[in-house]
Amino acid sequence: MISDQQRMLTRAAREVIDGQIVNLGIGLPTRLFHYLPDDMDVLVHSENGVLGCRPRHEGEAPDIDMIDSGGAYITTRAGASVFDSATSFAMIRRSRVDVTFMGAFEVDQEGNLANWKIPGKFSPGIGGAMELAQKVARLVVLCSHNDKHGNPKILTRCQLPLTASRCVSRIITEKAVMDVTPEGLEVVEIAEGLSVEALREVTDATLLINESRLGRF
Amino acid sequence: MTLLNQKVCDIDAAIAEIPDGATIMVGGFGSPGTPFALLDALLASGQRNLTLIKNDANEPSIGIGKLIEAGRVKRLITSHLGLNRTAIEAMNAGEMEVTFHPQGLLAEKIRCAGVGHGGFLTDIGIGTEIAEGRREINIEGCTWAIEPALHADVALVHAERADRYGNLIYRATASNFNPLMAMAAERVIAQTYRIDEPGDLPIDTIHTPCAFISQVVQVDRASSQQGVRPHDL
Repeated sequence: MISDQQRMLTRAAREVIDGQIVNLGIGLPTRLFHYLPDDMDVLVHSENGVLGCRPRHEGEAPDIDMIDSGGAYITTRAGASVFDSATSFAMIRRSRVDVTFMGAFEVDQEGNLANWKIPGKFSPGIGGAMELAQKVARLVVLCSHNDKHGNPKILTRCQLPLTASRCVSRIITEKAVMDVTPEGLEVVEIAEGLSVEALREVTDATLLINESRLGRF
Repeated sequence: MTLLNQKVCDIDAAIAEIPDGATIMVGGFGSPGTPFALLDALLASGQRNLTLIKNDANEPSIGIGKLIEAGRVKRLITSHLGLNRTAIEAMNAGEMEVTFHPQGLLAEKIRCAGVGHGGFLTDIGIGTEIAEGRREINIEGCTWAIEPALHADVALVHAERADRYGNLIYRATASNFNPLMAMAAERVIAQTYRIDEPGDLPIDTIHTPCAFISQVVQVDRASSQQGVRPHDL
């Protein structure tokens, strides 16, 4: 039996296309690293200044000068490069990173994203999230459908301070895969065994669902 | 500026020249590239009311974490403190003022100081909370925010290798903010594991030319071991 997170990550890995440059946000998205096939021709960008990271193989000694932006000791694949922070963010702001995966506190049907600050509770700073969210060509949010109290995270309108507005292309949760469209969130896939009614109950946004075309994952 | 042939110096002598209240850039993203030996010397030297500029606050009890815990940092200009709970506590308790910038803007503000520009125009963050207080300008129908350059009195940087003129080579992801800060401060102190003679570094592998560097100090590779953390995927 695979966990919800494993199912989300397996699904998210299918978003990546051979030949792309991909950035993985801190937290769950970082684990996507392990779901990209070894033979896939993809360069993973990390904003601390490396293009072409890969996880260390088991038993491979860590290099203390080689981390990803989450602080994990990583290594590089053929075709990789290292560079300073200004160059790293030039790559981001010039949209040379094709796709980024990020977590969310809240995401709404207009594609607005809030993932950096909960006033009065959590404000460690924005890091590279704002530039990634605003400038990477395709932003896929990878998050739980509801918070730990069961409150919806998929909303009509974000309440928390925004990371960037109208930046999200697709949302993948353990319950659904949803695309941001001008009319609302179009549900393209729903979790195996979950009813459309049950999905609507835990979502606080306009969901567009065509049951005849709905995929399962 | 220091004469070319007088840059190699003792670590404590270099640090002792930093006054109380100085604004100091510190290289590094997390541990890699953090000049741990220079920071330990600064801790021992006793300067107070410091303003530090660093991407992050390292982690509790290492690097600038030690200076923050010792109450020596009045203000921190940074992008993210997520890995240092004691820095977050100092911020929340009002013991240390913290200014946050998006990471790429922080890098660019430093780069601007380093290349002799007054600032730059950006569309990052327009319409969000971080745009509050920024001046905006309209050019041919596009709105841009003005981001001034960020200067410092001193930069403390870490390089893998140097020569005694101050030419620097960085290694792997220990580069990060170091080459930007190495150009941006009035006085730049570089720590390195190895100081070669001029001519020994292949000229087309030098990342920072010596013209920007004031002092070079040799440190033991073991001084960076405090930065080795048990993080893993």
